Amino acid sequence: MTLLRTRALRAFYGDFQALFDIDVTVEEGETVAIIGANGAGKTTFLRAVVGQLETAPEMVEFDGKPIGHMTAHDIVRMGVAMVPEGRKLFPSLTVEENLRIGAYCGRPGHWTLERIYELFPVLGERARLPATSLSGGQQQMASVGRALMSNPRLLLCDELSLGLAPVVIRDIYARLATVAREGTTLVIVEQDINRALDASARFYCFQEGRVALTAPCQGFDRSNITAAYFGT
Amino acid sequence: MNWLSILVQGSLLGGLYALFAVGLSLSFGIMRLVNIAHGDFIVLSAFAGLVAVRALGLDAIATLLVVIPTMAAIGYALQRGVLNLTLGSNILPPLLVTFGISVIIQNGLLQGFGADIQRLHWGAIETQSIALPGGVAVGVFPLIVFAVAVVSIFALQILFYRTTLGRAFRAASDDPETAELMGIDKRHLYALAMAIAMVFTALAGVLFAIRTTFDPASGPIRLIFAFEAVIIGGLGSLWGTLAGGILLGIAQAFGQALSPTWQILAGHIAFLIVLVLRPSGLFPRQRDE
Amino acid sequence: MGALPIVVERSTRASRVSAVGFGVVLVALATLPFWGGPGDMRLVAEMSYYLALAQLWNLLAGYAGLVSVGQQAFVGLGAYAFFYMVGPLAMSPYLALAIAGPAVALISFPVALVVFRLRGAYFAVGTWVVSEAFMLGVTQVKALGAGSGMSLTPAIVRQIAPDRAGREMIIYWITLAVVVLVFAGVYALLRSRHGLALTAIRDSEPASASLGVNTFRTKLVTYVVAAAFTGLAGAVIFLSKIRLSPEAGFSINDWTVVVIFMVVIGGIGTLEGPIVGMLVYVVMRELLFQWGTWYLILLGLVAVVVMLKFQDGIWGYIAKRFDLHLFPVRRQLTRG
Repeated sequence: MTLLRTRALRAFYGDFQALFDIDVTVEEGETVAIIGANGAGKTTFLRAVVGQLETAPEMVEFDGKPIGHMTAHDIVRMGVAMVPEGRKLFPSLTVEENLRIGAYCGRPGHWTLERIYELFPVLGERARLPATSLSGGQQQMASVGRALMSNPRLLLCDELSLGLAPVVIRDIYARLATVAREGTTLVIVEQDINRALDASARFYCFQEGRVALTAPCQGFDRSNITAAYFGT
Repeated sequence: MNWLSILVQGSLLGGLYALFAVGLSLSFGIMRLVNIAHGDFIVLSAFAGLVAVRALGLDAIATLLVVIPTMAAIGYALQRGVLNLTLGSNILPPLLVTFGISVIIQNGLLQGFGADIQRLHWGAIETQSIALPGGVAVGVFPLIVFAVAVVSIFALQILFYRTTLGRAFRAASDDPETAELMGIDKRHLYALAMAIAMVFTALAGVLFAIRTTFDPASGPIRLIFAFEAVIIGGLGSLWGTLAGGILLGIAQAFGQALSPTWQILAGHIAFLIVLVLRPSGLFPRQRDE
Repeated sequence: MGALPIVVERSTRASRVSAVGFGVVLVALATLPFWGGPGDMRLVAEMSYYLALAQLWNLLAGYAGLVSVGQQAFVGLGAYAFFYMVGPLAMSPYLALAIAGPAVALISFPVALVVFRLRGAYFAVGTWVVSEAFMLGVTQVKALGAGSGMSLTPAIVRQIAPDRAGREMIIYWITLAVVVLVFAGVYALLRSRHGLALTAIRDSEPASASLGVNTFRTKLVTYVVAAAFTGLAGAVIFLSKIRLSPEAGFSINDWTVVVIFMVVIGGIGTLEGPIVGMLVYVVMRELLFQWGTWYLILLGLVAVVVMLKFQDGIWGYIAKRFDLHLFPVRRQLTRG
C-alpha cells in the first residue's frame, strides 16, 4: 500500500518557490532514492514531508491521511522520522541521551536502546560520552539510531554520506539495509548517486524544484541520468 | 568589622538572591528569554501571598500552597499565549514585551494595593537566631531560605539530568527545530519551563516578603539582584548561580558594614568588577559546540 | 538595448514636501514665545526634549542594535555635570551647557568598554545596573549634594536672564535648539558612511564584520555620541527644573520607560517613528492623565500589542503600506 504520497507539492521560503508540483509516491516497505544537484529541492522536500515546512493539507498524504498542515512533532508521532542533514545531534546530551530522546514520542516497536546498540556497537562503547566527541561517521550512526528510536514506519534520510569517508559510508548503508529488511520504509536523499541507487528500488531525480526523472533502479542506465540531473 | 559575620550573613543573603535568580536562569537557559518583568513577578507572588493571608486567613508560609500553583499557571499561560510569539532571532520583541508587562504589573499592583509598604509575617521564627562560635548570630529564617535555595537547585539538577523532561529541556535549548523532530512540542515545553521558573519565583517571592518589606515598586531591584547573581556566577550553571548569589550577598554585606547606604552599591561594584575581569562569570558552563 | 537613464537619488517628493512643512512648523515653534503662553512653551519644551531623547535611543536600539535600558545614567550625569559647573565651579551657564555633553561623552567611554562585554538583553540590563551604580554613587558624594541633591541658586538662574519671562523664553529656545541639533545630527550621521555601517550591522553583524566594517568601533562611537547628546539633554532638562536629586536625575521611569514606549509605538528604526511616538504619548497623556495608574497600564498594554502585532510601530506600518519616507536615509534608483 502507498505509505507516502505527495500531490502537486509546492513549497516556499518566503517569496521564493523551492518546489513545483512534486508528485512522489512511496509504497510501504520500499526504499526510494531522491537524487539531484545542490539546490534541487531534495532537502526542502523532506522538510515539507516531515512538517518543518508548512504546505497545504492535501499536498502530503501519509497512510492515506493529509498531513501537509501538521507540525513536525505531530507528524513524528504518526510514524515519520528524519535523519536531518548535518546529523544535528544535541551537543548538551550524551550519546545515550541522544538516543533516548529519539524515543520521546513513545511509539511502540522493536527498536529499543539494546537493538540500536546491536546495530551500531560503537555507540554502546561510547554511550556516556558527549555526543560531540564522536567522529563524523559515528555521529551519523547516532543520528540514524536516534531516528529509529521513535519506531517510525517511514524513515527519511538526508545526505547520510556528506563529509564521510567511503568505507564509513559503505558501513552505514550496510546497516541501513538491515533496517530496510526489517520492514521500515526508507526515503534516501543523496548526492552520491551510485550509493543511493544501489540501496533503492526506485528513484526520483529532482532538478530546480521539479521531478525531472523517475524510474526503477534495477537495470537503469546511469548515464541517462546526467541530463535529468543537470537539466541540459 | 566582624569578617566572619560578614561572610556568614552575606552567604545566607546570597541564598535568597540565588532563589531570585533561578527563574531568570531557567528561562534564559531553555528559551533564550530574558524576562525583564522577572522581579515584578517576584513581587506579584509576594502580593499573592498577601491576598491569601487576608482572604483565606492562611499562615504566611502556608500561602505557598496557593501562590505556587497560581504563579505556575500564570507562567504557563503567559508563555504559551504571549511570550512564545516573541521568540526568534530578533532580541527586541521579547525584551520590549516583558518590559511592557513589567510596567503593567507594577502599575496594576499600585492600582490594586496602593503604594503602602507591606510585609508577610510568619511569627516568632522571623527573629529567632542561633549563636555560632566566633560571635556570629545567624538568623533561623535566613538559614531556612538558604537551605531552600540549595534544595531547589539540587532538585532542578535532578530534573535536568535524570528525567526525560529534563532531557527534552536540554535538547530544546540546544536545537529547538531538531527537538521538534523528536516529537517535542516546543510551544508546550517552553510554557512548562516558564511554569517551573514561576514555581521558584513564587517561592522566592513569598520567602522574601517574610524577610523584608515590599511594595509595588520593589520589582526592578530584584531583577537586578537576580541578574547580578547570574552574571557573577556564570551563565548556564545553576550551582554557579548559587555561587554568584553568595558572592553578591557577601559583597553587599561588606558594603553594609562600611556604611548602610553602601550595601546595594557594593553589590553593583562587585558585579562590574567581575564583568571587567571575567566577563563569562566565575563558573560558566563549558559547552562543546 | 539602450540604457535607460537611471538616477540615484535620496529625496522623494514626499520628503521634499514634508521638509517644507517641517520648516514651517519650526518657524512657528521658534516664535511661540510671542504668540503662546508659558504653559504652551513648557509643553513644547517637554515634547522637544522627549523627542531628542527618543531619537537618541532609537539611534542606539534601532540602528546600532544596542538596546540600552540605562540611558537615564547620562541624563543624570549631564544634569549633575551642569549643576556642578554652574554651582561649585561658578562657570557661566552657557559654557557649562557646552561642556556638559563632552563631559558625559568622556565618562561614557569606559562605561561602554564595560557594558559591551554583554550582549542582547544582558547588555540591556547591564546598562541599567551601571545607571543604578551611578545614582547610588552620586548619593554618596557630598559635593554633589549627596541624597538631597542640588539646586540652582537665584544668582545662577539670573545669569540666563534677569527676569522670569526672559528666562523662560531663553531656556525654551535652548531646548528647541538642542532638539533641532540632535535631530540634524542623527539625520546627518545616518546619511553618512557611518550610518551605512550602522545599517549593515543592524541587518547582520557577522556579515558586515566580514566585509570590513569595524563593528566594535562603529558601535562604540555611536554609543559615546548618543551619551553626549543625552547628557546635553539632561543638562537642559534640569536647567529648566532648577532642582536636581539623584532619583529625579537618574529616574528610569521618567527618562527611559517613556522614551522606549515612544520609539516602540511610533516605529523603531525610522527617523519619523519617534516623532509619531512622542505625539501619541503626549496626546494620550493629555486625554487620559486623570485615569492615573490605569493610563500607565494602558501604555504598557499598547506597547505589548504593538510589539506582538505591529513590530514596525505606527510609522513603520504607514511607511511600508504607502512607501512613504519623509527623512530618507537610503538612496534609491529612479528613472531620470
